[in-house]
Amino acid sequence: MHIMEGFLPAEHAIGWTIAAAPFVVGGAVALRRTLRDRPEARLTLAAAGAFTFILSALKLPSVTGSCSHPTGTGLGAMTFGPAVMAPIGLIVLLFQGLLLAHGGMTTLGANVFSMAVAGPWAGWAAWRLATRLGAATAPAVFLGAAIADVSTYVVTSFQLALAFPDPVSGLGGSFLKFAGIFAVTQLPLAIAEGLLTVVVMAALMGRGRPAETGLGSIVGGR
Amino acid sequence: MDLILSRGRSALLLVLAVAIVAAPMVLPGIEGAFSGTDDVASQAIEAARPGYTRWTLPFWEPPSKEIESTIFALQAAFGAGILGYVLGRRHGSRRRDVDDR
Repeated sequence: MHIMEGFLPAEHAIGWTIAAAPFVVGGAVALRRTLRDRPEARLTLAAAGAFTFILSALKLPSVTGSCSHPTGTGLGAMTFGPAVMAPIGLIVLLFQGLLLAHGGMTTLGANVFSMAVAGPWAGWAAWRLATRLGAATAPAVFLGAAIADVSTYVVTSFQLALAFPDPVSGLGGSFLKFAGIFAVTQLPLAIAEGLLTVVVMAALMGRGRPAETGLGSIVGGR
Repeated sequence: MDLILSRGRSALLLVLAVAIVAAPMVLPGIEGAFSGTDDVASQAIEAARPGYTRWTLPFWEPPSKEIESTIFALQAAFGAGILGYVLGRRHGSRRRDVDDR
């Protein structure tokens, strides 16, 4: 779940907005380039964005006795590179911030940074590393999706720890407290998202000819 | 390397994902009201910093839980519509030679 409106002090809100902004601009450029150079990938790109819309609307129960939602950003990050997920994630966060009071406008920069920047990059890196190390496609895709999901909430925990360090145990203690709320809740949900992403990725490819669907990088391993 | 899942294996992975998500609701020993982690974190902040008050409020909030759930459902439905369209096209175009897959 995202950081709620008003729960980041102003200087943190501004700082994370400045940190996220170049990724959104760079992502928009990458998105345009992808649409221009790989027109065959348009439908897959739409599906990747739609996947994030669906998953981030589903609040699911977890072992901690609280609820959170998956992010769905790993699928697009692995398929088109992590950069394009920044503007796509921004759209989802704007929708939820404006219409659902979920997340917020002052916390938008921080939430974009965790869900639309850190998550996709971490998931993409994990998927690439797994592929380089010789993992088969399915486990690599599973790992990429699960890491994109859970790392989003590790970053959220860090953002809150930075804003609200514990008076006694400091940044570390505060991080562990918030990670206990966000990241632990997220673990089973991330595993479920990983499994679902493998199925959806396979369905998007159909039978063979992955290059024609813009999914060549997934089976090509780069 | 390729990513081709048999129908049975796809179903197995989906059932597993559903089981993981459903387990916390039926497993004994899990305490909690299943509220959102954002609420839990907000409470933790207020408990740790008694003086902290939200310095901004949302522009607009859904007037009730029912209306909120409708908007969440719309968000998911919008995504599912597009995803379903693309998957349907992919499957429909398998046997035909369609350029735009």
